[in-house]
Formats: sequence, C-alpha cells, structure tokens
Amino acid sequence: MAREREAITKQNVQWTTLKGLPMKRVSLAVLLAAAAALSVQSASAQTLKTVKDRGQLSCGVSQGLPGFSSPDDKGNWTGIDVDVCRAIAAVVLDDPTKVKFVPLSAKDRFTALQSGEIDVLSRNTTWTVSRDTSLGANFTGVTYYDGQGFMVKKSLKVNSALELNSASVCVQTGTTTEQNLADFFKGNNMKYEVIAFGSIDEAVKAYESGRCDVFTDDASGLYASRLKLANPADHIVLPEIISKEPLGPMVRHGDDQWFDIVKWTLFAMINAEELGITQKNVDTMLKSDKPEMKRVLGTDGNLGEQLGLTKDWVVRIVKAVGNYGENFERNVGAGSPLGIARGVNNLWNKGGIQYAPPIR
Amino acid sequence: MSIAPRKPPLQFALRLKRALGGKTGWNGLAAQIGFAAVLAWIAYEIVANARTNLETQHIASGFGFLNYNAGFDVNQSLIAYNNSDTYWRVFFVGLLNTILVSVIGIVFATVIGFVVALCRLSPNWLLSRIGGIYVEIVRNLPVLFQILFWYLAVLAALPAPRQSISIFGAFFLNNRGLIVPQPVSEPGLYPFLAALAVGIFVALGLRHHARRALFQRGQVIRIWPYLLGCLVGLPLVSMLIFGWPLKFELPQLKGFNFAGGARVIPEFVALTVALSTYTAAFIAEIVRAGVMSVHKGQMEAGSSLGLSRAATLRLIVVPQAMRVIVPPLTSQYLNLTKNSSLAVAIGYPDLVSVFAGTAVSQTGQAIEIIAMTMGVYLLLSLTTSALMSVYGWRINRSMAA
Repeated sequence: MAREREAITKQNVQWTTLKGLPMKRVSLAVLLAAAAALSVQSASAQTLKTVKDRGQLSCGVSQGLPGFSSPDDKGNWTGIDVDVCRAIAAVVLDDPTKVKFVPLSAKDRFTALQSGEIDVLSRNTTWTVSRDTSLGANFTGVTYYDGQGFMVKKSLKVNSALELNSASVCVQTGTTTEQNLADFFKGNNMKYEVIAFGSIDEAVKAYESGRCDVFTDDASGLYASRLKLANPADHIVLPEIISKEPLGPMVRHGDDQWFDIVKWTLFAMINAEELGITQKNVDTMLKSDKPEMKRVLGTDGNLGEQLGLTKDWVVRIVKAVGNYGENFERNVGAGSPLGIARGVNNLWNKGGIQYAPPIR
Repeated sequence: MSIAPRKPPLQFALRLKRALGGKTGWNGLAAQIGFAAVLAWIAYEIVANARTNLETQHIASGFGFLNYNAGFDVNQSLIAYNNSDTYWRVFFVGLLNTILVSVIGIVFATVIGFVVALCRLSPNWLLSRIGGIYVEIVRNLPVLFQILFWYLAVLAALPAPRQSISIFGAFFLNNRGLIVPQPVSEPGLYPFLAALAVGIFVALGLRHHARRALFQRGQVIRIWPYLLGCLVGLPLVSMLIFGWPLKFELPQLKGFNFAGGARVIPEFVALTVALSTYTAAFIAEIVRAGVMSVHKGQMEAGSSLGLSRAATLRLIVVPQAMRVIVPPLTSQYLNLTKNSSLAVAIGYPDLVSVFAGTAVSQTGQAIEIIAMTMGVYLLLSLTTSALMSVYGWRINRSMAA
C-alpha cells in the first residue's frame, strides 16, 4: 500500500517536472508509474526487500495499551510490542526509529496484515491454532505469556471469579476474550450478561460508569486499563486466570525469510538476556573471547548473514532496545507504572518459561 | 384534427433493436454487448483473483463456517440463542437486532420529525423558535457523538442495581436498563386475543359503514358506544369466562442483577433515542419543505370554508405535501437504518457488532462475512425503498383521482 502511494507521488513528481515536454513522453511516464504501482502486488513474498527499498518498517500496534504499545503526548510509541518493531527496524535498516506505527483495533488487525498494509503485526495477539492456520499468517514467537482475568470494584466485595454469578461483563469485541468468557461461565454453571464494545477505551468507560460489574481482558491489559481509571485503588484484579494467552508477533504466510528474521529477532533478545548482554555492556562484551559470545555478537562466523542480515545483528538489537529482561522491566515490570512481576515470563533457568533456541 | 392511420405494430426484432440500442440501432446494440462483456470479464477477474490470492496465502474461504459453533454470548436476542449455537444463528440474532432498532427508530423519528416541523410552521413565536433551535442543534452534530452522549449521559445519571429507582415495586430503573414485569401466558390468552381480533374487525366494519353513510347520504351515525362495546366489552367477557390472559412475573434483586422480568438494555435505549432524534431533525426540514410547497391559497381556502387550522392541515395541506415529502423521507429512513451500524461504539449487539465484528475475528473470514453484511443492508434498504415507493404511488393515485 505504502509503496503504491509512493509510486503515485513519484508519478505526480514526473508530471510536474515533465510539464511542457511533448505529450507522448508525459503519458509514457504516467504509464510506467502506473505499471510500477500495479507490480507491487506480486512482491508480497519479498518483505525484506520491500522494507529495505521503502526505508521504513510498517508495524501494526494497538490503539493504546500502556506497557505494550501506546503513544505518549509527543506521539512517541513505547511498550514491549513497540520494542519488537524497533528491534526489527534496527536489524533490517540499522535504525530503530525508522518504524511507521499503524494503530489497529482488535478486529482490523489481521486484515491489515493480510492486505500488506503492515509488514509485521506486533499487537498483543494471542497465538491460537485457528489464527495460525486460517488467517494466512504465522506467529513467530511469544513476547509475553498472559492469561485472561477479571477486574471488579472493591466495593462489590467479591474475592473470586466464582462469585460472579449473574454479573454484567464488559469486553472488547474481536478478541479471544469473548469465547473464554462464555466457556468459563458455562463451565461453572453461572449466568452472566456480556456487553461487547468496539474498542477497549469504550469498554473501560462503560465499566467505570457502572454499566458492568466486571471488566475482563488479558491480565496485563487489566493492569494497564486500571491505570486509566479515575481511582485505580478502588478496583482489584481477581486471582483467577481463566485462559492461556501467549502473545506474540505475526507475519504473512509464504515469506520464510521474513518469518525467520522476525522470529530470531525475538529469540536474540531472549538469548542476550541469558548471556548477560545488556545495552550498557554490549561494547565491552564485543571484546570477549568466549566462543559463544563471539558467535552471538558476530565477531566470529556469519550467522547474521545467513538470515539475510548483517553479522552484527544481535549488537544492533541490544543497542537499540536492550535484551528481553531490560525490555520487560522498562515497559511492564518494576521500572514501569504497571509494576507487573516477571512470573512465568522469567527465563527458563530463573523459574519462568521464556526459552529461546540457541544462536549457533 | 385529422385522424392518422394506425401504424402496424413493430416487428419483434425491431422492437428489440429499439429497446436495446435506442436511436443508434444495431451499432448501439453491439456497443452495449461489448460493454456488458467487459463488465462481466472485470467481475470474473475480481472473483478469480481474490480466490487465488486467498488460496496462495492459505486463508480459509467458503461459507462452511456458518455451521460451526459460535461460542460467544450476546446480551440481547429476539430469538433463543446461547453460546453453543452456530454462526448462522448469530447472523439472525444480529440481523433482528438491527431491524428492531431501525423500525422503532423510524417510527419515533417520523413522529418527532412531524411534530417538530409543525412547531416550526406554527404561528406561535415560541413554538417555531423551539422547533428551529432543535433542528439547528441536532442536525449539526455528528451522530456518533450524539449516540455516545445519550449512552454516557443516561448511564451516568442512573443508579446501580442495588439502589434502583423503583416504580410501584414492579418497574425498576438502573444502569442495567429498565426492568419491567415479564408477561407469562395463561390459558385465557388465546380466547382473549380472539375476542380482541373480532372486536377490531367489527369496529372497522362499523367505521366503514358510518363513513359511507356520511359521504353518500350526509347522515351522521353515532357509533362510539358500539365501538366501545366491541373493543372493550368483548375482551372483558372473554376474561370473565376464561380467566386472566396474562400473568406478570415481577423482577427481584438477586446477587448483582435482577432475576425474572424482562429488561430493556440501556444500549438499545441510547441508540434508538440518538438515531430517532437525529433523523427527526432532517425529517422536520423535509416535512416543512413539503408543507411550504403547497400553495398558501389552499390554506386560505380551508379557512374560508370554516375549517380549523388543524383540520385544514390534516385534510388538505398534508395530503398534498406528502407527494413532495415521501422521496426524501425514504432517504432518511435508509440513513437511519445504515447509521444503526454505529451501535458497536456503545456495545449494542447489532449485525455489524456481532457478525461483522466478533464472528470475523473468530473465523477470520472477512470477505464472506462483510459481503453477507453488505448484502443484508442492501436488501433492507431496497425493501424500505420499495415499501415507500408503493406508498408514494398510492398517494399519487389518490391525488390524481
């Protein structure tokens, strides 16, 4: 899409510079530009080349979920999902700022990926079998292990999700949430009323105004939404987690090279944490003579080039956004307003389940 | 006047030529066939291209998903629905919710629109200013904001279920909606309905008879005692014989919400109010234009006959104005129906919200679902148009008579 637009602007440029020339040449230029615009359609299998030619990565993110992807008052995007985009831009374009963030609602996100409007979807999306198979897209890994929970007002004096019989529940439509909710209430023989809103802000507003007793979302989303409420302390997140929600980036089906790049960008961040490579010490680590460190940082071998990238790809990632742990702490962990504990998102050798295949 | 000899009827081929090619004859016909072929080829290319692209990208396609289990719930449904029903059922649930809000919205918009228009046309200074202010404020604000305003303003003002506003202990108003006693049928229901139907039928017959007597013989018949007997007496007799037709189940506070009773959800109220007041502002202007298009001599003629202003409007002006009013009124009805798809903003489960929203994201089959949804809106709009055309045709016929 973006390339088409570019082609069209080029066409306009040619129009203006060619003004005054014989009509034949002008129409030839227009024809060529039109042909260029049409031929983009078939280039979907070469995402890497497209991104490099465009000089910008187009990345689908949420419309504003603190900790995952949200813009600040100056329009700078931050969050775990945003940093994945920046890391990809760093390895492909050597500049983490060359990202165009496309905010997408839950129900529009897959269409944007399928149509080629975005190169990668990094928008707290749950990995499920139906999404992996029927959407023409692939999940590349798990950036955050999440699960669906419930938030209620403290004044209701509810301590467990099993006490929610006959409650009204606000959700955002177009997510896995609605199905989990139906399964949970049916499985526990409880009645409920669901009110599904187009965007998360509307759902939270309705919850706050008292239309619903309960707001349900992925637990990380509940903490993020709670920050937006007038009195966050008046609301609690119930202990029950009713589903598995592994969130991760997605790419279009059929471009294996691009799939590998996005997949290994995340794996490199996790491996960097495991090896203790941080944004601060990466330059000293480059002088290390440990064989594993040399392989990962590209001072030995050509693993990066095999991916279609450069030898120093991991260095670029860590310099741009830091390792996975730094990323987590900065965006959702102790260093952020969300203050979510590492929990299952800790490394496999530190009591969590984050585990990446080795770089060798 | 000379009498021209009657022309022989055209040959079939000639008639075809004239119908298809117009004045340009066979050349025009060939051009039309060529154009149709190009259109058909473009349509085929679009479908074939979409199909190949879907296949190469391994995106599921086809309508098989409609028979799968939907697995999510909907908070307002006119037909029985639960989360183990199919996507087909979801489709009809959404469709009926859209039709419900459109039909009720159209009725209210028409009534409010006519009232506001009559206010604007009124010689009373205050009434006409109020009408003018209403139109200028309401039609100049985006409808989405009006929907959100009604939803959030109404919700914010209402209490939580446990502090419900109770009306005679039977009706409860809170931020979950208006809870009313639910009618449950009793054995007396069918005789009651039958008696009511007979009553209405006889009353209509009587009215017809009285009108004929008035128009043909100038004879005034007093029929209201008989009407009262038919419409109230007959059902009363049926109730005396067969017992109460309905029993009302009273709502009771249980846990978070009320159990028993029927409920009108606030999303529905907000959407209906917003759509009907918004569309009413446009309808008011259309009606005003229609009434103004009738020559003022008609009004003067009415008053010189001794008819009251109201009677002149009702019997003389409005019937003539309807000819001008109906076509743009149809457009407003269509707009209201289409605007109802903004429901997703406030969580009203209309077709776009449940089918083109939740179902799309669960199945990923955007092309099929969006095509079906567009088809439905097209069908609804064409049906509305057709009904209004029939109405317009009847008005024109009665004018001509």
